[in-house]
Amino acid sequence: MNKDFKRGMYHGLPIMLGYLGVSFGFGILAIQKNLLILAAVGISVTNLTSAGQVAGVGVIAAGGSLMEMILCQIVINLRYSLMSLSLSQKLDKSYTLPHRLITAYGITDEIFALAVAQPEPLKPAYMYGLIFTPFIGWTAGTLLGATAGNLLPASVTTAMSLMLYGMFIAIILPPARKDRKIFFVIFLAACFSVLLRFLLRIGDGFAIIIAAVLSSVITALLFPVEQKEAGE
Amino acid sequence: MSIVIYIAVMALTTYLIRAIPFVAVRGKIKSRFFQSVLYYMPYAVLSAMTFPAIFYATGDILTSSAGTVVALLMAYFNLPLIAVALGSSAAAFLMDLIMNLIVGSW
Repeated sequence: MNKDFKRGMYHGLPIMLGYLGVSFGFGILAIQKNLLILAAVGISVTNLTSAGQVAGVGVIAAGGSLMEMILCQIVINLRYSLMSLSLSQKLDKSYTLPHRLITAYGITDEIFALAVAQPEPLKPAYMYGLIFTPFIGWTAGTLLGATAGNLLPASVTTAMSLMLYGMFIAIILPPARKDRKIFFVIFLAACFSVLLRFLLRIGDGFAIIIAAVLSSVITALLFPVEQKEAGE
Repeated sequence: MSIVIYIAVMALTTYLIRAIPFVAVRGKIKSRFFQSVLYYMPYAVLSAMTFPAIFYATGDILTSSAGTVVALLMAYFNLPLIAVALGSSAAAFLMDLIMNLIVGSW
């Protein structure tokens, strides 16, 4: 097997475990909303996203319009555009159009976070490996949750909902210790995010987009990075 | 309406959101300002997704806070991602057990 693919798969393992827990919850939720097991798994296979899927199942369960479905997905998932844009700057020369079209399917928060933290330019094989293991976890977790969700005690499944957030902290905190500019942008984004949600009552999808754009623009204006820091 | 149509529309929308910038932007962005924004963006997105959501992820602020504190401590000491993820869940689980014991002994 290609060694970049293997390395990607290995890097994707913690995401796979986290996804098992989260998609387990999604599987349970989808069945509660009267979806068939096949539909729940089908949504996970074709979408590979957490918040968007939960909202989508809500629209389906409520018999909403297709326009509502589209708007809902755009608002919640718009952050992927920012991530795609950011990743597009980090691709190896071997990234041809077909590779880009396939890879685009698998850009999630966690996969993006790991990919962007790699020191070298990204190769297609590495990205496929990095998408593959989380994809298996996401699909298998949905299937397990949809079929056997009631078997695990609730105290275990609720505690597992913290896994992905724990992982996010493990991604952003170590670089923030070394670089005050990164600490600043993280702190600013967290403040905006809290303010937007609690003071202005803005929904999760929009709050994330506005907080992320505002804080990175402000930080970029205050502390522009050197050419070599910005990647390559 | 058929659920297949719902799922197809949902999947296509999500895919296009990801694919359009990924395919359309081919060259390197030259502007120092934009490079800086893109450099900071991932940290900002992850931070905005984590805070404040992590404090109510389990549906209970006490168990979530226990998990948050453990995650911050473990990440501060550079432990691997999966260890931090499992550690913060375990802390929330233990906090839940402890709370139940305290409430139960009343």
